[in-house]
Formats: sequence, C-alpha cells, structure tokens
Amino acid sequence: MRNYEFELYVFMLAAFLGFQLIRGVSVLLHTPLMSLTSAISAISVVGAILITGAADASPLTRTLGFIAVVAATTNVVGGYLITDRMLRMFKKREGAKR
Amino acid sequence: MLQEILPYLYLLAAAGFILALKWMSSPKTARLGVLAGAVGMLLAVVGTLLRFDVVEYQWILIAFFIGSAIGVPLAVLMPMTAVPQRTAISHSCGALATALIGTAEFYKHPQGGFTMAALVLETLLGFLTMTAALMAFGKLHEILPTRPITYKGQNIVNLGLLALAIAIGVWLVIDPTQTWLFPIFAALAMIFGVLLIIPIGGADMPTVIALLNSYAGLSASAMGFVLNNKMLIIAGALDGASGLILSIIMCRAMNRSFTNVLFGAFGQVQATGAAAAARPYRSASAEEAAQVLDAARSVIIIPGYGMAIAQAQHQLRELHDILTRRGVEVRFAIHPVAGRMPGHMNVLLAEADVPYDKLIEMDEINGEFPVADVALVIGANDVVNPAAQTDPTSPIAGMPILEAHKARMVMIIKRGMSPGFAGIDNDLYYLDKTLMLFGDAKTFVQSLVKELSANGQAAHA
Repeated sequence: MRNYEFELYVFMLAAFLGFQLIRGVSVLLHTPLMSLTSAISAISVVGAILITGAADASPLTRTLGFIAVVAATTNVVGGYLITDRMLRMFKKREGAKR
Repeated sequence: MLQEILPYLYLLAAAGFILALKWMSSPKTARLGVLAGAVGMLLAVVGTLLRFDVVEYQWILIAFFIGSAIGVPLAVLMPMTAVPQRTAISHSCGALATALIGTAEFYKHPQGGFTMAALVLETLLGFLTMTAALMAFGKLHEILPTRPITYKGQNIVNLGLLALAIAIGVWLVIDPTQTWLFPIFAALAMIFGVLLIIPIGGADMPTVIALLNSYAGLSASAMGFVLNNKMLIIAGALDGASGLILSIIMCRAMNRSFTNVLFGAFGQVQATGAAAAARPYRSASAEEAAQVLDAARSVIIIPGYGMAIAQAQHQLRELHDILTRRGVEVRFAIHPVAGRMPGHMNVLLAEADVPYDKLIEMDEINGEFPVADVALVIGANDVVNPAAQTDPTSPIAGMPILEAHKARMVMIIKRGMSPGFAGIDNDLYYLDKTLMLFGDAKTFVQSLVKELSANGQAAHA
C-alpha cells in the first residue's frame, strides 16, 4: 500500500510542476508544444517493450505489445521530428531579421 | 551492476522531459527543449531494452523499424496546414499504445485492487481517446461532416454509455477474474469516444484536440501506476497538465465551459437566425483596397482558419514585406482559437517567414486597434464579431474578440456573404467603414501585392 501512496505523491507533484511549466510556454509555441507533449506521452513505448520482450509473453500479449511498440514509435520519431521542424521555422526568422 | 544503474536512466529521462517543457518557454530555447526531450526518450528506451526481463528483441526491433518508417515521412512531408490532423492522429496512436499495453497487462496477470483500478483508468482513457482522436482527425480532414451532428437525448445516451463502461470497470476492479467483461468494457469505451466527438463542430476542435492530448497523457500516467514506473507517471502527468491548460485557455478564449464545449453542440441555434433579411454592405476591388493600404500608416492583419484553407500565408508575407518596405507598420493579430488547434496561425505564418515578433496576441493588440488605419480580416469571422460584446443573446456573447471594429477602416477578404463556421451573422460586415473584398483569400492577396508593386513603380517613375 505504501508504494501507491508514494506514487500518488509523485503524480501530484509532477502535475503541479506541469501546470507551472506549461503556463510559462510562449503562446507562439502552442502548436509545437502539443506535438512535443504527444511525443513525450509516447513514453508508453517503455511499457510496450516490457510486454513484447517478456520471456513469458503469450501470442496475444506479444501481438498487442508489438502493435503498441509500432504505434508509440511512430509518435516518438514523428513527434520529435515535426516539433523540431516547426521550431526551425520560428528560429530562422530571428537570424534573418536581426 | 547494470541492472542497478538502469532505474537512474529513468530518473534522467524524467529530468529531460521536465527540461523539454521548461525550454519551450521561448522560441530561443525551444529547440534545445526538443533535444532534451529526445535524449530523455532515448535514455528511457535504452534503459528498458537492457532490463533483465526483456529477452526477446526480434519483434521489438521490427516494430521500431515499422514505426520509424511511418513516423519519419509523416513528420518530414506533412504540410504545415495539416498539422492539426497530424496531431489528432498522433493522439490516436499514443492512446492506442497505452490501451493495448493495458489490455496485455490485464490478460497477462489479472490483479485486483489499486493496480487494477489504474489499469481500468488507463484502458478507459486509452480506448476512448483512440476513437475520439480518429473522429477528430476525420472532422479536421473533412472526411466527416464538420458541422455538429446532434439528435434528441444525445447527452443521455453518451453519459449512459460512459456510466455503463465505468460500472463494468468497477466490476473488473472488484473481480478481475471476469475476463469476459474486458472486451465489452473496451468496446464501450471506444463507442463513447466516437459519440463524444460527433456533436462537436469544427470550430471547437482546438479545445477538443488539447483535451485529447490531456487524456493521452493521463492514460500514460495511469500506466505508470500499473507498472510501478515513476518516470511514466511523471511524463504522463506533465502531458496531462499541458493538455488541460491548453484546453482551459481555449475555453476561456471562447468564453465557454468544458461541459458546454463537450455537450453544448455549438452552432445549432443559428439554423433559424441566419435567415435574416439581406443587409446593405460596401464592397471594393483589389485596386481600391490596395490604395487604402498604401495610404495607411498602420495595418493589422487578422488571419483565421480561412487563410489556412486557402494557403494564403505566403502571399500574406509578401503583402507584409511590400507594405513594410513602404513604411507601413504591419502586425498580425492572433486570436487564441483562430484555426483548428492552439497556435495554428503562428506556425503557418512562421512557415511563411513572417518574423515572430510581428505575431501579437489578442490582449496585447486589442489596445492598438483604435489607432490602426486598417484592420484586414482574412478568413476569420467569429473572432472579430462585435456581437460577442454587444448582443447578450448571441451564441458567442462574452467571447473575447479581436476588436477590429475599432480600427479606422476594416477590410474583409471573404468568398461571399455566407455566415461563418459557427453560422453566426457578423455585424462587422455591415459597418460604414467596412469594405468587403470578395474572392479567394490567396488570389486576392496576390492581386493586392500586384497592385501595390505596380503602384510603387509608377510612383518611382
């Protein structure tokens, strides 16, 4: 039971930290922010790897895990790349105009 | 030894994600933030692959390969106008992953109590977000009708379905051996996701996309509770907070509550109201409009979703350049809900090389309208509708707007006199100082640029 309690504290603190951090994000960057957070939430790839790579995986769990790794990897790779692509556009202006 | 170090890789990964969000505070550090996030992700993945309980690599590597083969072209080739759709799809993919992992965990070793409660929450949010985001994609990509689809008793049906899914979820927590219940639970969650989006109109998509972002994050966080993984809890909580804040910002920018966005079916009221008698308005040609712009000292451009559809951002940048060269001060006024996702206009204009210090938020620019010579509205409608301030019976009453009507002159590029997305007539069109410029946004701005450069040459000759 104590473990859950500890985890709930972690969650609470992370959520408050998240609120503070996101409030500081420039309004200009809300679209890249969304693609960045959707890339970060693809951290679920960790769970998918554990399921797919487990020694005792059944055909069912391995198949589900496999699809999950594909879906999460798509988000990780695509999410970071497109966020960077967007941010590059914001950056270029700065150099060109100043 | 190695196995003891691995948990600290997760700790570093969590720090990377926190820094990633912190550095998004300014365009100057934002790319560094992406790097921090990517490094965090890499550490987390490596730390997981090296764990002693991961023994089968073959399928994981194949999945990495397939995922990258889909993800890279999607990121590199996707036009910026399609970013809302891509975001919806990525929410759907992320939610699918968490839902399937939860399902696999459930069939692997069903356990009760707190873990099962977290698993139920994870899969509920996962499955419903997956279908909801797919529906949002359909609406954004205009495969599905963008108008809200409503029927009698819709909210009761939706809430009833959700209640049923939750009830089955609770049953599963109490008795996890009832595995036959799980597919029913998953199906109900998926159906609820579809029904949730059906009554939501295209103009509300910014809120919905942000909310789905939040759900996907919370689902990942719940997975952290299932797997006893604190890094997952942190990453998920950060995303959950991010999505929630963005959707609150969007709701505020429309002066509406969450419940109203999700269950209010915007725009329905208008079917009757739009039938009002035709009112007189003034229209002008590109030539006349160019003369007005040329004589102005300060111009504020208000882009909306129509600009995105017409892909007029590059022409707008040319207009910005040519006017700036002639000493006209040009700025862009960005309403928080302009477009189909938070920050949509900023990305499009940045893509077209508009300097980002010219993109001004609503609160900052509103004080400038009374001293602006021209407010040029392109593809925006509801966000400049003065009825929001003057008519308490209007469906958008109280919504913060860009006060274009306070400018000395208003010009509106529009295809015709049809009402906008929310189907609400706009008094701005009928003011004495308003000129309607009829035509496709892209072509019209192009001809404005042409007129201005012709003018310039004539003046120099």
